[in-house]
Amino acid sequence: MKDIHQFLCSPADSTHRHGPNDRIVMSSRVRLARNLRDHAFPGWAKKPERVKVLETVQPAIASLPEMADSFSEAMDNLVALDKQILVERHLISREHAAKNVGSGLVLNRTETFSVMINEEDHLRMQALRPGFQIREAWQAIDGFDSALEKKLDFAFDNELGYLTACPTNLGTGIRVSAMLHLPGLVLADQINPIIQSVNKLGLAVRGLYGEGTEALGNVFQVSNQMTLGESETVIVERLEKVMAQIIEHEENARQTLLEKKPKVVFNHIGRAYGVLANAHSISSKETMNLLSLMRLGVDMELFPGAQRALIDELFLLTQPAHLQKSLSDKLSAEERDLLRADMVRERLKNVSRPVTK
Amino acid sequence: MQCCVCKEKPATVHLTQIVGDKMQKLDMCEDCAKAKGVNDPTSFAMADLMLGLGASQELDPSAIGAELKCARCGFSQADFKKSGRLGCPECYRTFAEGLAGLLKTMHKGVRHTGKAPEALRKTRESVDRLKSLQKKLAKAIDTEDFEAAATLRDEIKTMSGPAPAKTVR
Repeated sequence: MKDIHQFLCSPADSTHRHGPNDRIVMSSRVRLARNLRDHAFPGWAKKPERVKVLETVQPAIASLPEMADSFSEAMDNLVALDKQILVERHLISREHAAKNVGSGLVLNRTETFSVMINEEDHLRMQALRPGFQIREAWQAIDGFDSALEKKLDFAFDNELGYLTACPTNLGTGIRVSAMLHLPGLVLADQINPIIQSVNKLGLAVRGLYGEGTEALGNVFQVSNQMTLGESETVIVERLEKVMAQIIEHEENARQTLLEKKPKVVFNHIGRAYGVLANAHSISSKETMNLLSLMRLGVDMELFPGAQRALIDELFLLTQPAHLQKSLSDKLSAEERDLLRADMVRERLKNVSRPVTK
Repeated sequence: MQCCVCKEKPATVHLTQIVGDKMQKLDMCEDCAKAKGVNDPTSFAMADLMLGLGASQELDPSAIGAELKCARCGFSQADFKKSGRLGCPECYRTFAEGLAGLLKTMHKGVRHTGKAPEALRKTRESVDRLKSLQKKLAKAIDTEDFEAAATLRDEIKTMSGPAPAKTVR
């Protein structure tokens, strides 16, 4: 059995992946939901049936050329901490982290394809890309799905399309999403009208970890909700347009803030730096929110010499499971807050206080 | 009167909600009402409560289908109300009637227009083409454009003509 930690690329390397517009779009993803024709959906299937589906699906995925070098494991072979790390890396959903016998994961070396087996559907396959690349992600997963349909008999209906456990995913089974870092819109108090208008277009805006989560660190996930009655291309193109507009609004908000309220911006970023560089105890939530402001500061060139990748790495390393993993002893939340602060202070040692333009 | 949720105990909690010009009624036993969190009828939408999917759809007793169960996997409409998920691919056929309205409120359309498995793509295309030809034919006949009708009829014939030997009895 491969060790997931040796398999995953280090947080330092993962934050050096670049893509178009990655100042604002942290990552793009397209996932497809697929099910086998002759089996009950995972939520209704009994354990032996789920195991059988896993045993059918797992080797089929692992045999694809894209997955030649992959990590392929049953969820009951992963400990809770490792599952949590995969969630923090956005490689599996929180729901999937709760799964055990009969569920599995196949992940490729470059972390561009991740397939959850027996999550809510038999297959939830996703293509991941850094930056704003939802079209590329769709093309990648489309090819992946076409290769897989030669090996597996997917449940498909002429009228309804791909059949999914939840009717909300019926038809294309597609969810196109991107993670957007929008501190400018939040600071300018423009985020709510933006969310409302995006909602009106039938798109969802969620927090950092998807459904029902907060927008920690000013990171928002924008995705489609409707999956039936429109083709994948139409959905991808609509999201591309909407996201391009959000990016533009964010850029404008940053520009306007710097022009009209520079003191407000410098105050927020300076305080964020002050706390992060000097705190001796800090929660993961506060860390994320302050790192978001520092990231904005880097984008605005207020930290000459500091790299955005350093902030992104800290964003990952300071989350509970990643922090716990870097330490040998099992820690309480309070102890973690102390060690998190130590780590952040150490990493920011060579970053000098923000300049004011 | 039986409880519409558990279908066992007598219904003692009766709710009526009027949304626009539509009236929805629910009859539940005390236990189910409690389980569903029904103590303030103004604070929730009944359809949402029963379908669990945010669908504001009229509850049609025939669509609820008291004893309707999927022949393939044994999943019932009550299970759907509980989880908002279906049991197996076949359930979409079993519960087609009840789902139709729900899908309409949930999606842009009720017919899939996207990708299809390659093996089915060809048949899908020819079925679509056949349907549109038949529509055109009906129109041609309606407008007494018999010349066009004849061409269309021939086209339909050739399309369904070279079908494999399966059709031979």
